[in-house]
Amino acid sequence: MRWIWIDKFTEFNSGKNAVAIKNITMAEEHIHDHFPGFPIMPECLMIEAMAQTAGILVGQARDYKEKVILAKINKAVFFRYAKPGDTLEIHAKINSIADEAASTKGKIVCDGKTVAEIDLMFSHIDQNLAGAEFPEENFVFTELFSVVLRNSGVPGPNMELN
Amino acid sequence: MAMSREQILKEIQEVLIDALGVDDDEVTPEATLMGDLGAESIDFLDIVFRMEKSFDLKIPREELFPAEALMGSEEYVKDGKLTEKGLQELRDKMPHSDISRFEADPDVNKIGDLFTVDALVNFVDARLNK
Repeated sequence: MRWIWIDKFTEFNSGKNAVAIKNITMAEEHIHDHFPGFPIMPECLMIEAMAQTAGILVGQARDYKEKVILAKINKAVFFRYAKPGDTLEIHAKINSIADEAASTKGKIVCDGKTVAEIDLMFSHIDQNLAGAEFPEENFVFTELFSVVLRNSGVPGPNMELN
Repeated sequence: MAMSREQILKEIQEVLIDALGVDDDEVTPEATLMGDLGAESIDFLDIVFRMEKSFDLKIPREELFPAEALMGSEEYVKDGKLTEKGLQELRDKMPHSDISRFEADPDVNKIGDLFTVDALVNFVDARLNK
């Protein structure tokens, strides 16, 4: 994960479910163009927020030993616009997890109203892709996102919680 | 939990409609998962996960889709075709697939055709109603 798109976790139940927060601000430059005079958060970035929330949940379930890559968007349905000033709650739940992959179910909520429903699949790439080799180091879970985990009191990779 | 083949087929159709985004009339018993229904590798895991939930079974991927493990072995594959030993292994590991047509020309590129909707029904039928 080389960039971080969620602000913090408010709930984290290892191997089960998590809730993260994303605050949308007018200071995000892409919102000026999407769209001029009508700023809304691009829906693809809502998928990204879900992929990060659910991806960390899946990664933590295997102690961050797997390289967890978004492999499939099973469902992405959007019900409302998300605008600057909104706080999105990103709810993710693990549906199934195996050695090779995991599937998650998710919902994005703002002010108690459903903004989106997003179900994803993640691949543990070292266990897949028929012998393709990847770098030894876990390039998915980097220092960058450890900061968010630390601030949220969620266990990160090789991280002591105080 | 005993289920009739019709009930199993109906559940499998639901699984494939959700996992692959196909229409119900495409999911015929003869349809091949890859060729006809467009399944890719991650979809096989998706199908396994959904079948586990639908039938309340634990399904190791290599039991339902054992061909992947065969492909990497020189003993089983020679010049792009399955050897006699490879075919025997396939018969042992995939009793739920009908390999009679494949045997005539065991080209590894056609191995995907063995994964049919009917094979999934056979697999579940054997597990639930043995």
